[in-house]
Amino acid sequence: VTTTFPLRVRRALEDKALGAALGNVSMQLRTRRAMAFASLADADAIRDQARKAKLDVLRTWPAQLEAFEARVRANGVDVHWADTAETANRIVTELASRYGAKRVAKAKSMVSEEIHLNAALEAAGIEVVETDLGEYIVQLAGDRPSHIVAPIIHLTRADVGRVMHDRIHTPLTDDPATLGRFAREKLRDVFLTADMGITGANFGVVETGTICLVTNEGNGRMVTTLPRVHVVLMGIEKLVPTLSDLDALLKVLPRSATGQKLTAYTSLINGPRRGSDHCGPEALHLILLDNGRSQLYAGDCAEILGCIRCGACMNACPVYTSIGGHAYGDTYPGPVGAVLTPGLRGLHGWADLPNASSLCGACREVCPIRLDIPRMLLALRKAATPHYAPPWIRYAMHGFALTANRPRLYRLATRTLRWLLRRGAEGEWVRRVPGPGRQWTRTRDLRAPARRSFQEQWRAQS
Amino acid sequence: VTTAVLFHTCLVNDFFPNVGFAVVKVLKHLGYEVDVPAAQTCCGQPAFNAGFHDAARVAARHTIRLLERTQGPIVIPSGSCGDMVIHQFAALFEDDAAWRSRAEAVAGRCLEFSALVARDLDRLAPASMQATVAYHPSCHLVRGLGLDRPPRIIIDAIGGVVPRAIPADDECCGFGGFFSVKHADISSRMLERKLDAIAACQAERLISCDMGCLLHLGGGLHRRGSNVKVQHLAELLAEALP
Repeated sequence: VTTTFPLRVRRALEDKALGAALGNVSMQLRTRRAMAFASLADADAIRDQARKAKLDVLRTWPAQLEAFEARVRANGVDVHWADTAETANRIVTELASRYGAKRVAKAKSMVSEEIHLNAALEAAGIEVVETDLGEYIVQLAGDRPSHIVAPIIHLTRADVGRVMHDRIHTPLTDDPATLGRFAREKLRDVFLTADMGITGANFGVVETGTICLVTNEGNGRMVTTLPRVHVVLMGIEKLVPTLSDLDALLKVLPRSATGQKLTAYTSLINGPRRGSDHCGPEALHLILLDNGRSQLYAGDCAEILGCIRCGACMNACPVYTSIGGHAYGDTYPGPVGAVLTPGLRGLHGWADLPNASSLCGACREVCPIRLDIPRMLLALRKAATPHYAPPWIRYAMHGFALTANRPRLYRLATRTLRWLLRRGAEGEWVRRVPGPGRQWTRTRDLRAPARRSFQEQWRAQS
Repeated sequence: VTTAVLFHTCLVNDFFPNVGFAVVKVLKHLGYEVDVPAAQTCCGQPAFNAGFHDAARVAARHTIRLLERTQGPIVIPSGSCGDMVIHQFAALFEDDAAWRSRAEAVAGRCLEFSALVARDLDRLAPASMQATVAYHPSCHLVRGLGLDRPPRIIIDAIGGVVPRAIPADDECCGFGGFFSVKHADISSRMLERKLDAIAACQAERLISCDMGCLLHLGGGLHRRGSNVKVQHLAELLAEALP
């Protein structure tokens, strides 16, 4: 990323179409989520079970990963471990060359975005086609997804029509049905001719070695059954202990993500094609990706590894719905991204993200796993302050620490500050504050402080 | 007579003394003597939220020591300062068992203003008054302290007051302390949306339980030239008491 966070924010805030789209779509998704949970009896107990399942796995993580690996291997799946994005990309590229794959059909996978897999495959001369409609349009536009569930939340219908017209020569229209028909035709050909299918994974069930995939368009089913080889890319945090835990998670994930009781397709994959099977890939490879996750596990924000990527925190977040996903600058936007990005990549270059929050707690309220994102943002701020806090805040905090337990000094300091602010007031309002405070008065007036504090008046009375 | 301790918070002390007097008036009507410890400074929330935990602990220890020397319920007219003292003090002393238990003992005596008043609402007989009010539920009050109903119940108990619901009222106003200055662009967009929502409900007054939100919302309203009057819940209630 070459731009700075404040610059990306400014650009996003100036984009009127983006603002309108974010407002509408996030409101729709929020309403649908609320309705879907209202129809779920014992929603709280199910969320508790989902949370417990994810956090239990993390508590004994290495053992769980080994047990899962053994199960998956016993199911006839080849398992690869990748500690970095580069390793994962190399493994996929080598697999493509081993199987002579020239064309790859991909289902939606945020992990593949995280490691920039498409670029790596294209550099090796392999054609990659995204088959999730939103991701397909992102790919045609040479863009990046701006929401983990609704990748083109930042585009209007007209934008989509323009991109498809320019890139695959559809007639110029913004009619979703027409555009969908053209995309379907193009993608049908990809499903039938691809040599390799690549998907992510929503869950890996330790008990059975099952890989679970949740999709709506049917492309996931095509990609996992039609090509000769299926490669699954999975972050190592995606485990759940048992099928009964999976049941709880499948009750909360679609409801949180799209307000559905169940997605149109829920695939439980237990291995490649076996003797009597009439379809399925000849070979199934699972790549387990670390890429910073085990390092994150060692710190204060390990809890974020329980995230199931539903995107509910984005839809609920007043910051995300103001600036959109691209402003966050990396794969995972919104509240979860503000923890995950610095967690996976380090604070250097990403220290703005945990600070860009009013700590309103809307994310924690809607998170199906009840992840305490505000707590983690605070932990990251604490880690960031020695290196990244602006000087004026450091001076202010130094002064604060000197006076906070010396009431007389504190009163003197606050009285002086009140007097200084009142000097710039017109009547009871300050229209321009100097110093860092000018950021406040750019868009807001400041109530002038009291001439005499409550304490001063109270003491005078009694 | 029971004594109630008023932890007035910085914003009330330095910007909104009238809120302090309104809280005192309500507490007296509930039959309390009011003790205002003179040595109180700040709960440390700005430092805590900015990531300066050492500075926050200086303020927290001072506040705990000071409040330990008092007796009776401690009333805090702010959801966010209330959340700081009631929940975050313990988090600050995670690795310090002695201070942690002192923090928890003090936290156990603390009550946010609306929580205390709603508990004893039948002891008040507010007079009727004419006003349309929009109530802004602050994030820390609702999501931090779990107090969604109490302020609404109190407003409903004042005869003649017509509540006007703010659309999507659970959305943050964009204040967030230093956030409003460090990320002023984002904060201002959030404020803009909230002010539009407030304008849509055409109320004469905007009521909340957090002067942080009201400093922000009031400043935004004034910049817009709006004449919506901004008040702490205590001020509204005090007006209806003799």
